[in-house]
Amino acid sequence: MKTFKKFLGGLLLLAIIVLFLVVWTAMPWQGVVVLAVLLAVWMATTRRGRQTWQVTRVGLSTVTQRLGSSSVVVVGIAGVVGVLVAMLAMSEGFAETLRASGNDHTAIVLRGGSQAELNSVLDRDSANVVMQAPGVKKGPEGRPIASGELVVVANLPRKGDPNSDSNVPIRGVSDDVWALRDNVKIIAGRKFTPGLRELIVGKGAEGQFAGLEVGKSIRLAGQAWTVVGEFESHDALESELWGDTKSVASAYRRGSSVASVTVLLDSPQAFDQFKASLAADPRLKVDVSTTQAYFSKQSEALTKTLRIVGITVGIIMAIGAVFGALNTMFAAIQARAREIATLRAIGFRGVPVVVSVLLETMLLALLGGVIGAGLVWIIFHHYTASTLGANFSQVVFQLQVGPALLWTGLKWALAIGFIGGLFPALRAARVPVTTALREL
Amino acid sequence: MKYFHLIWAALFRRKARTFFTLISILAAFLLFGMLDATRKAFDSGDSVIGVDRLITTSRYSIITSLPVSLETQMKAIPGVKDVGYSNWFGGIYQDPKNFVLSFAVSDNYFDIYHEIQLSPEQRKAYETTRTGAIVGEALAKRFGWKVGDKIPLQSTIFPQRNGDKTWPFDIVGIYTAAPGAANGTDQQFFFHHKYFEDANAFQSIGTTVGWYALRLNSANDADRVAKAVDALSANSDHETKTQTEQAFNASFAKQIGDIGLIVSAIMGAVFFTLILLTGNTMAQAVRERTSELAVLKTIGFSSHSVLYMVLAESVLLLVIGGVLGLLLAGAFVPIVAKGSGGMLNLPPVGSQTWILGLVLMLVIGAIVGALPAIRAMRLNIVDALAGR
Repeated sequence: MKTFKKFLGGLLLLAIIVLFLVVWTAMPWQGVVVLAVLLAVWMATTRRGRQTWQVTRVGLSTVTQRLGSSSVVVVGIAGVVGVLVAMLAMSEGFAETLRASGNDHTAIVLRGGSQAELNSVLDRDSANVVMQAPGVKKGPEGRPIASGELVVVANLPRKGDPNSDSNVPIRGVSDDVWALRDNVKIIAGRKFTPGLRELIVGKGAEGQFAGLEVGKSIRLAGQAWTVVGEFESHDALESELWGDTKSVASAYRRGSSVASVTVLLDSPQAFDQFKASLAADPRLKVDVSTTQAYFSKQSEALTKTLRIVGITVGIIMAIGAVFGALNTMFAAIQARAREIATLRAIGFRGVPVVVSVLLETMLLALLGGVIGAGLVWIIFHHYTASTLGANFSQVVFQLQVGPALLWTGLKWALAIGFIGGLFPALRAARVPVTTALREL
Repeated sequence: MKYFHLIWAALFRRKARTFFTLISILAAFLLFGMLDATRKAFDSGDSVIGVDRLITTSRYSIITSLPVSLETQMKAIPGVKDVGYSNWFGGIYQDPKNFVLSFAVSDNYFDIYHEIQLSPEQRKAYETTRTGAIVGEALAKRFGWKVGDKIPLQSTIFPQRNGDKTWPFDIVGIYTAAPGAANGTDQQFFFHHKYFEDANAFQSIGTTVGWYALRLNSANDADRVAKAVDALSANSDHETKTQTEQAFNASFAKQIGDIGLIVSAIMGAVFFTLILLTGNTMAQAVRERTSELAVLKTIGFSSHSVLYMVLAESVLLLVIGGVLGLLLAGAFVPIVAKGSGGMLNLPPVGSQTWILGLVLMLVIGAIVGALPAIRAMRLNIVDALAGR
């Protein structure tokens, strides 16, 4: 009967933890603030609450004497939160960079089945058909606003590592690109002159790869090209070098073909009409998507992988940290066993003891979470990294440690603190007073 | 060793605490095993099999192809045993998610890449089948392909002459990778360059190749031959860059991002936490047992025996947790690799990981045990027994 009761008790505890985790993960920050306020009100107004506050104060005042073991909780949880936030920041930053590269009022057309611009070829005639399709916005002279573009890849060394080779994308763009991509701003030098071997470089590419300063000359396909300007766009395009389509095509012997056509739509609603008309055209076999869909899709696989890796690593580390916290808190209540027993002997009930141990653990956990998330924020917020993207070339992106991520990290920390504190708390409240008083 | 039962008993003096510490250690080494596998997956440049190979690519970019005329010139360079070539096909099977590492290769390619092991009959069948393809063991398993299967592979780059982007292939052989081959070797798909040239809509494919692979008589010639090869096309419109296969692979790994750095950072965080956790447990254990250790000394154990016993206890704790963690990692890695749908190509936890892991267990065990052990050694019997 006794074992059965114990078993039921264990089951109940497990249910409480699962319930807590489910509710906790779903809770927005407002909910947590409300909870904290309720707790504070309870502690200030009721007798039990005031008792809890007294017990907690005693516990907290002795933390400094247990610095070694308390720091285990703090550092362990800081590690979990740090790793988790850093991995998610990477995933987030990459996704955000590509998401920002597209919008819903421009569309991109590639050869059917190409998936990326590097694999795509459209001949001049097809490109013209695409530009004349209904739904494309016309400029003041009645010409459609569209840019036939070409993406090639060049080998350039990384800054500070002359022997490394990175695939840097070079985009040949037409005049209309300035109307199509109005977020692109020249921040140094000037635009390239069509017909000449001139390039402008993205700010991200300039930061990562050697020899791209304005005024420098680089060799592409055996010819010398001059860097005449630098641009900023806050998206994946910043990883690129831009030149005139015709000049790039002639250097890489692409004739009059282009890789993709990007068009400005009359309105986001015009996309369906544009897509339908191209699909119905027997002369064409093309894939049409909004630039938003096209760029977002490119980040999907990597973002997902980073998220999965981050959360898996986080969970494994969290398990380690929970047991570290358990160890510490069991030791802490062990050390305070007599004191807690005395409190209970003079009339303090179980609830204040349980809550105060839980509170202490969660405060330590919160401190750990703040340290972990804070360190990641200091080190990695806006940290620039690059990786191989869909075009088989480097995409430069920045890690984003936003408030949402910091909040996720803190939530994890508090959840670990809750689980790590619950068992020792119950133990402290359950040990028979006489046994505890006799111990030591 | 004769005190083993004593150490063992000390270790489980407080079962709950030891159990919790063990799980923390287990978690840390589980992570270590998995992260090491990930690091290896991105670091395929350390295979010793390819030391006698050079890769020649265009100096300008990875997508620029090279003229076929270079082949005979390269063969004439002293020290070159054989020259093969290859072209990227960009194949996908049925769904864009099922990316297949596929290459159109010259007929002598399997003599150059001798770690690709194919039975003589299958090699023969490959040579006599125009649309024949040979695939790696792991790749065949992934899609359930068997010898004799006819499969369509869609190229993301090359349409056939009739405009169709789906190329039919006959699987005529399934190869295994020789031990020590680079990670991922058994994930590839090879077919005849001739078929590729003939059926391709791009006529220029007949006069160019993607890149060359050179096999040398001796790895010592690598520098000299690489310079000679690059000299062939110096100042032309198709300048080349020749490097050892390792360097070529390493530059690829680098492009994916500094995975190595990220992984070491994570491992650093994990181990720092681990040392702190275990060190704290050991310190607690020794503090609690002060009077017991004093009794041991009283009945004649030397200070050094006490030191070694405490150290052994800490090392034992780490080894038990660490070995369990690595075993778990061994079970976990294939599941993760499978779950990623072939995107993460994780090698199993190998002997290198085990050796490194064991060394880490011993070293960390010694480090975290050191302070409590020294304290135990210096214990003054009278003070300890009096509880001062």
